[in-house]
Amino acid sequence: MIKGEHISKSFEGRTVLDDISVEFDTGKTNLIIGRSGSGKTVLLKTLVGLHSPDEGRIFYDDVCYTDLGFAERKDIRKDIGMIFQGGALLDSSTVVENVMLPLDLFTEQSEAEKRERVDFCLRRVRLEGADNLYPSELSGGMIKRVAIARAIVLNPRYLFCDEPNSGLDPQTSVVIDNLIQDITREYNITTIINTHDMNSVMEIGEKIVYIHEGRKWWEGSKDDILLSDNRELNDFVFASAMAKRAKQQITK
Amino acid sequence: MFKIFEQIGRYCQLMGKVFARPEKPAIYGRRIMYEMEALGFNSIGLTAIISVFIGAVITLQMSINLESPFIPKYLIGYATRETMILEFSSTVVALILSGKVGSNIASEIGTMRITEQIDALEIMGVNSASYLILPKIVATVLFFPLLTLLSIVIGTIGGYVIAYATDIMIPAQYVEGLLYDFRPYSITYSLIKMAVFAFIITSVSAFCGYYAKGNSLEVGKASTRAVVASSIVIMIFNLILTQLLLT
Repeated sequence: MIKGEHISKSFEGRTVLDDISVEFDTGKTNLIIGRSGSGKTVLLKTLVGLHSPDEGRIFYDDVCYTDLGFAERKDIRKDIGMIFQGGALLDSSTVVENVMLPLDLFTEQSEAEKRERVDFCLRRVRLEGADNLYPSELSGGMIKRVAIARAIVLNPRYLFCDEPNSGLDPQTSVVIDNLIQDITREYNITTIINTHDMNSVMEIGEKIVYIHEGRKWWEGSKDDILLSDNRELNDFVFASAMAKRAKQQITK
Repeated sequence: MFKIFEQIGRYCQLMGKVFARPEKPAIYGRRIMYEMEALGFNSIGLTAIISVFIGAVITLQMSINLESPFIPKYLIGYATRETMILEFSSTVVALILSGKVGSNIASEIGTMRITEQIDALEIMGVNSASYLILPKIVATVLFFPLLTLLSIVIGTIGGYVIAYATDIMIPAQYVEGLLYDFRPYSITYSLIKMAVFAFIITSVSAFCGYYAKGNSLEVGKASTRAVVASSIVIMIFNLILTQLLLT
């Protein structure tokens, strides 16, 4: 479980997050949704520790993350996997080297053991035969798969995904979404996904938090969204005329 | 003025992170070897080409300027050697490398910053500053003095070739000048300077890249800042080191 209590964050006097309290469940795919510029990426980066909140506290299970120093946070960070929007793979390293990096740095495993674990993770994300390719030689979907493999290689307890589907075609997006959901359930991870892809919301949104103008505006599941009368949420989720008609038919 | 002190403070903080205890020294060993090839070995060609021509030009200029029956010809070789050892092969080569290696480091680290690769390392619990910058510093501080030695040798060969080819003097006189009043300490002085300059080029450039923000345009600006800043710092330290080591 990851919990944020009264989180506020400003940049140069501009409030980006305003008193957000939220709880994300273990074993579920938790989604943060919102318009571009609503503050969802800042919320995700604050939860993961890349930004410090101006006010409020963040808990990883029972541990208050915001109270920890740099060295103490290191232990929790080893339990965190993160998939960045662009993959954030190291350009000068091959697929195998990228996935193996956390093992090189934080385990005492032999080369054979590390290689076995890397192969397992690459098989798990269904990416075989690309071991010695560099990120520049991979497609968008392959980069996301390598990023997922790297994120899970140390068996994390918490998984953060920043717009994992951006730049992907709808079919590949579904594959990536399902992969993240499968991994979440399989390893009982607390997964938080930041997205504005409505297909993802309807496909894997077990718990959804809607952020609007830096505040938590709505919370529920993908089924609740269909029945919600929250105007801002409906404007965001059912933005197109076709989506509006679909919603009207469902609510009838 | 306040901004300069702020930048120096941030630079010192970054160096504190860079020289923190490494997570796994074995990993750093591999990365140092990689950086030696990328930053040092790949600069041999440029250093050699520039040195051979500069050595030749210095010899030609000396022969023109020392054209007098009262000045022995071997002094042309002597002057070429001293110029190469004392200034060109350390300071000028360092300025050239700040353009090649410095911009390379700043753009590489800057790109890693804006594409969130550095964030990814931080999330993993890696000290990104140490992991990315320390191997580059160690590699250049160890390798660049070798480039200085190479530059001295090739520069003096360039002078010999031009002396031989243009008949401005007998090559034996040039060699006599090269050996005349040779003080090994000059080489030590040059190597110490280059080691310090290597640290400056790498650390200042890495600093400019590490704090890059925004988009590819900013990476370009960071790269330019790296070359300008490291060149200025090199000139300041050239003066300080010369005062400390030669007087």
